[in-house]
Amino acid sequence: MAKAPKNKTPRSPAENLDFALHSLQEELEKTKRYDASEEQLKHFYEQMLLIRRFEERAGQLYGLGLIGGFCHLYIGQEAVAVGLQSALTEKLDSVITGYRDHGHMLAYGIDPKVIMAELTGREAGISKGKGGSMHMFSTEHKFYGGHGIVGAQVALGGGLALAHQYNDDGGLCLAYFGDGAANQGQVYETFNMASLWKLPIVFVVENNQYAMGTAVGRSSAETEFYRRGTAFRIPGMKVNGMDVLEVRQAAEIAFKHVREGRGPVLMECETYRYRGHSMSDPAKYRTREEVQDVKEHKDPIEGLKKILIEQGNSEEDLKAIDKDIRKVVSEAADFAENSPEPDPSELYTDVLVEEY
Amino acid sequence: MAIELKMPALSPTMEEGTLAKWLKQEGDTIEIGDIIAEIETDKATMEFEAVDEGTLGKILVAEGTENVAVGTVIAMLAGEGEDASDMANAAPADPVPGEGKDVGRPDASGEGSEAEIAKPAKKSGVKDPEIPHGTNMQTITVREALRDGMAEEMRRDERVFVMGEEVAQYQGAYKVTQGLLDEFGPKRVIDTPITEYGFAGIGTGAAMGGLRPIVEFMTFNFAMQAIDHIINSAAKTNYMSGGQMRCPVVFRGPNAAASRVGAQHSQNYGPWYASVPGLIVIAPYDAYDAKGLMKAAIRCEDPVVFLENELVYGRSFELPELDDHVLPIGKARIMREGSDVTIVAYSIAVGLALEAAKELAGEGIEAEVIDLRTLRPLDKETVLESLKKTNRLVIAEEGWPTCSIASEIVAICMEEGFDHLDAPVTRVCDEDVPLPYAANLEKLALIDTPRIVKAAKKVCYRD
Repeated sequence: MAKAPKNKTPRSPAENLDFALHSLQEELEKTKRYDASEEQLKHFYEQMLLIRRFEERAGQLYGLGLIGGFCHLYIGQEAVAVGLQSALTEKLDSVITGYRDHGHMLAYGIDPKVIMAELTGREAGISKGKGGSMHMFSTEHKFYGGHGIVGAQVALGGGLALAHQYNDDGGLCLAYFGDGAANQGQVYETFNMASLWKLPIVFVVENNQYAMGTAVGRSSAETEFYRRGTAFRIPGMKVNGMDVLEVRQAAEIAFKHVREGRGPVLMECETYRYRGHSMSDPAKYRTREEVQDVKEHKDPIEGLKKILIEQGNSEEDLKAIDKDIRKVVSEAADFAENSPEPDPSELYTDVLVEEY
Repeated sequence: MAIELKMPALSPTMEEGTLAKWLKQEGDTIEIGDIIAEIETDKATMEFEAVDEGTLGKILVAEGTENVAVGTVIAMLAGEGEDASDMANAAPADPVPGEGKDVGRPDASGEGSEAEIAKPAKKSGVKDPEIPHGTNMQTITVREALRDGMAEEMRRDERVFVMGEEVAQYQGAYKVTQGLLDEFGPKRVIDTPITEYGFAGIGTGAAMGGLRPIVEFMTFNFAMQAIDHIINSAAKTNYMSGGQMRCPVVFRGPNAAASRVGAQHSQNYGPWYASVPGLIVIAPYDAYDAKGLMKAAIRCEDPVVFLENELVYGRSFELPELDDHVLPIGKARIMREGSDVTIVAYSIAVGLALEAAKELAGEGIEAEVIDLRTLRPLDKETVLESLKKTNRLVIAEEGWPTCSIASEIVAICMEEGFDHLDAPVTRVCDEDVPLPYAANLEKLALIDTPRIVKAAKKVCYRD
């Protein structure tokens, strides 16, 4: 016979009368942009610029044949990872994403050298050269990948959140996915359980407008992705993903909600990728004018640059930052180019942890 | 310093392309992101974007040139403060066609041939722990043995928890988790919605996050919806991360044919999972192995697929009353010694093989019965040792014959035991059809004792 559990079961979301699907959005509308200190602004700028320069160089190395296979660049989307991850608690919160993962790793302060060396498939790469662009991890930074199956990271992220809740460590999981992955069934299976169990997780849809070559309007019946949690009673937020300060502000609101034990949040960050889906994508599904328009009017780095200049920084100051970052990226590229390939004996290592 | 602009590779397979059009001319100022040229391959036209700023110097490959190898220098770019005209004639050395893809790569030729690479050492000679003399024996069902194994490990390690459909309040669809909710509470015995893909992903993620989940599938037929996480997420991540990521999860539940439930509920997934590097696959038969290997699976640092059998859940076996009954993974067990023929089996087929051995003994044939217990890594050593002794081998498997564990054993015997064979190795499996519902057809489709007896006699040339 089934017996009622002795411990108190968590209250179902439906019983929570205070629940409001729009409450977080309303909170964001009140104050849209994060009030960053001068130091923080500069840091955001540096991080976004590092991602951009790194990705440009990765594209170049790909063109030279130094990077193989698939390589998905994050150019244009920098404000999303930087804005969100700057609000995390280091060494506590966990992050998981899909295959477009270089930017998230850089935003987490992982050494550009070991990332670039992974792209070139070298021994010094963060996955010893065995993962490649799409499969990078840093358990030290609680960065759990780097997953090549579209949407898989959402359910895995649910598991990371379950571990935070189980261990009662106060941490949360930030699970990124794209507008393409948002149509995978397992995303909704995870929404259901995350809301039912009040898991500490922030689901972030990086809506870059195209699932590979398919525009959102051609693939999604509901293109307002932040609404897609409604059926699971998950509050949604729609955020300008081209503005690092708005993303950061949204992160503050969402993380607070989750840390209070009130269950998951679904945040849609509207963004844009300047490059093709992967390096081998000719991007014929959109016009050059469309891309140019976003670059000219919405670029996240240019946007922040304007603020920095308004605050009294000179063009020269910012140029100096760029120069320093180019140097870091060049060093990473040189390192990645000159590191040896993995030893052949690595072929058989790391298949299993134990010996049998 | 002048920068060489090289013919880019625009896809993983591109080796050469056509330089269709120059969009910038010599002397033009180039900003990062400017489109410099258009390049055509057989698949697409792509834009070549500048990643450095400067002034376009000499154009070395004229537009319209076909078959330009990847890596060929197509133009020079002068950096800040350089005079583009100075370098106009400083053309680099002639490009070597076809060299592009290997720029900067160490020479890979001649290295890495299989013979030179040391394969990881395999533990050899590991045996089941001795049962101390005078140990009490209890009679216990496989169902209880599995439950006791889980409960003991949950007492031992706070990180271990069970999740799945009906595992908690309902006490398990097949009552394998009976009583666990009462003892461990809802935090550690979690009822999930009917959502295999989702909860397999959550279980896998929780293992990556440091917990030790036991994910129950009501049956492994339903795990088809979750197989992506079992293989792509659980099995491969340790390797892809260069050994950083751990995934100590146990996926368990009944596998293979039950009784009269039709084709969609009656399939043996042993061969599927056993083909995947990065997984441990266990398929025990009796209560001794069910408990001992369940405990080993939960303690294991690697992801485990633990295949049970519904028809065996209720069978009773002797089990030593030990404080901590843990068995080695990857070791087969000799269930019955014999000298005339070896019968290799696992899971429910072990029972059939033992029955067959009894019958064969009546006809003067002594069969040795081996229970593989673990399907991956497979204990070749024990199989080949037995073959050396009996020189004849039959595999009994409740599952389809094509690409089966039986096929694998045949291959091993051919490759590594050929000199010891006195007869062709023979497979006894289910018929190669979806399992029918009708009682008579179902019986016809499934492996049974007479078929094993017949095959054993055949390889002994006694039919």
